[in-house]
Amino acid sequence: MRPKLEILDHALVKRIFEEAFALLASTGVKVGTPAALDLLASGGARVGDGVARIPESLVRHALETVPREFFLYDRAGHAAVHYGGDDVHFDPGSSCLNILDADTQQPRPAQADDLAQMVQVTEMLPQYAAQSTAMVCNDVPSEIGDWYRLLLVLWYSSKPIVTGAFSVPTLRTMIALLAADSGGNEALKKKPRAIFDVCPSPPLNWSEFASQNLIELARAGVPAELISMPLAGATAPVTLAGAIVQHAAESLAGITIHQLASPGAPVVWGGAPAIFDMSTGNAPMGAIETAMLDLGCAQVGKSLGLPTHAYLVASDARLIDAQAGAESGSSAFLGALAGINMISGAGMLDFLACHSIEKLVIDAEAIASAQRLLEGIFPRTDTLALGMFAQTGLSGDFLKLKETRALFRKEQHFPSSVTDRSGDANTPDLHTRARQRVRELLENYQRPSITPEVEEALLAVARREAKIAGFEQLPGIAVREHASVAS
Amino acid sequence: MPTDTFAAMRQSIIDGAPDQAGSLAKQALEQGIAPLEAIDHGFVPGMSEVGEQFAQHKIFLPDMLASAEAMKAAMGVLEPELARQGGERPRAGVVVLGTAKGDIHEIGKTLVGTLLTAHGFRVHDLGVDVTGERFAATAREVAADVVGVSALLTTTMRGQRSVIETLEREGLRPRVKVIVGGAPVTRRWAEEIGADGYGKDAQSAVALVKSLVESPAVAESDRIQPEESAVSHK
Repeated sequence: MRPKLEILDHALVKRIFEEAFALLASTGVKVGTPAALDLLASGGARVGDGVARIPESLVRHALETVPREFFLYDRAGHAAVHYGGDDVHFDPGSSCLNILDADTQQPRPAQADDLAQMVQVTEMLPQYAAQSTAMVCNDVPSEIGDWYRLLLVLWYSSKPIVTGAFSVPTLRTMIALLAADSGGNEALKKKPRAIFDVCPSPPLNWSEFASQNLIELARAGVPAELISMPLAGATAPVTLAGAIVQHAAESLAGITIHQLASPGAPVVWGGAPAIFDMSTGNAPMGAIETAMLDLGCAQVGKSLGLPTHAYLVASDARLIDAQAGAESGSSAFLGALAGINMISGAGMLDFLACHSIEKLVIDAEAIASAQRLLEGIFPRTDTLALGMFAQTGLSGDFLKLKETRALFRKEQHFPSSVTDRSGDANTPDLHTRARQRVRELLENYQRPSITPEVEEALLAVARREAKIAGFEQLPGIAVREHASVAS
Repeated sequence: MPTDTFAAMRQSIIDGAPDQAGSLAKQALEQGIAPLEAIDHGFVPGMSEVGEQFAQHKIFLPDMLASAEAMKAAMGVLEPELARQGGERPRAGVVVLGTAKGDIHEIGKTLVGTLLTAHGFRVHDLGVDVTGERFAATAREVAADVVGVSALLTTTMRGQRSVIETLEREGLRPRVKVIVGGAPVTRRWAEEIGADGYGKDAQSAVALVKSLVESPAVAESDRIQPEESAVSHK
């Protein structure tokens, strides 16, 4: 069997739905854009003062049209990420401002070159099924920063991408880039390469941009990942069960708007819940209660048969230390055991404020172990042990059995040099091993072959949009002939 | 007699008991205790104790908020009497707070406001999605010492810069300190936009405001006078 972890009993899941539906029908949800309010009203919601009170029947109807599974595709058009069932994938955390400098081990503002490197390292690590638009590039004007991150990922990667936009015009530019990459809007709709995170504001508020974003994505057929983020004790009930109710209500409202805009459009029951630290006011992503919230929220979504997402594998440690390893490793295991389809957060430190390429390769070790764990224990031979004992008797000599040679690669996972199993007293410390691994991965990285037509199409969008913002350079785009917009 | 009463006042703040604090304040007035006496010897020591316990992680934010509520209840009784007697509690300073335009996140900003109030500042909280013009108008109207602009999104951080620009344009900048905060905000960003300070969390924001208000750079004569030129600006 494949090991599986559920954190809520069925009676509690039932109560969570009862209260979530009651919230939607009585308290209602703030909705910031008239288009979304109109959609909800046309479906039977009571709308007034920017608040929609949504009857259970309308939500249930939306739930009927949501796809239970869909795929994200890689550059070659292969289905590479399966959203649905208990499949588990990981991607790096997204959109943070700082990077932990490998030399100084201090955070500093991230640059386009840092993101390019992180994308390249992620590309080389099979533990990451998808890329993310991981870092804000501080050498790129913030007006164009959102789509620029996506451009860099498209430029250096073939993997599917978890991304997001912070304004409607930016969203349109990003969809234009993806369409350029896929060979047109229809091709993108048929084989989406990216999924967009869309965040309601706690509590129970689909803001103007978030609700508009949902509608645009649904109509473009580009998958949306709903990221409800109750902060238990601050912007959500302090109890974990109460915060999960709020997450369910926000997610159900989002799905209803999304499906009303385009029934059958792909959408994910995601989230980034956290507890509220009662000393500092921070949102600790490495807290066990935060992981428990993630698991509870995902289980509620899974009970509806929906694809799921969670924010785990991030640590609140400021440096790469034992705390970082313990928090990231344990939440990677918990998320994997919960069967969450996409787990974002690897590489991140300091309450999601800082990324680290070294931590990304360290987290990949924990993720590989989690992936091994999920394969579980099952019979690989006709008899479990008798057949092998029949050959060895009591000699204890299993090493030379043909079964050993045939099966050890399946049974045992082989960690990279980041994990120290040398038993050698002179082995360099973890940070040194991680840096070495990053260097090796970058040396062996090869940029995917992108056709000149696709490159030109990408750059045409980028040049047009950069010029509007009065920006002349394309930092981080290493191909010399494309290094400048001025052509 | 007052020693026991003062101890009870102090305890009502530590317990975070607004009803108790309010009725103790009323009792004090009935017993002829001067309002300023009750504040300085009864309630404020309670708030100081709470601040110390909070710093030592013995109590937490919900406890602190309850204490702030208790403080508010006591002051609600004592301040009108103080005013009636023609006095006013010396203010630590006047602070205008709000979340930058386009941003609707308010928890951090509200927390800062609550703690500043508990520490004796007069706080004007403008809420969320606040324009630079509104910050400037309020700063002028209430003679603010400090303007605090919060932003939770990398996209709305730019609003912090525009608040500073507006204050400059309106000639208020030399007399008003500007502090910024919010999850994506860093010291570097604060420096880049010309803010006077940055607080990583609510506690450090209080310490920051205290140090800015005490700083000689904002001399009494440089502070904006209430309502000064408010008309000319409309």
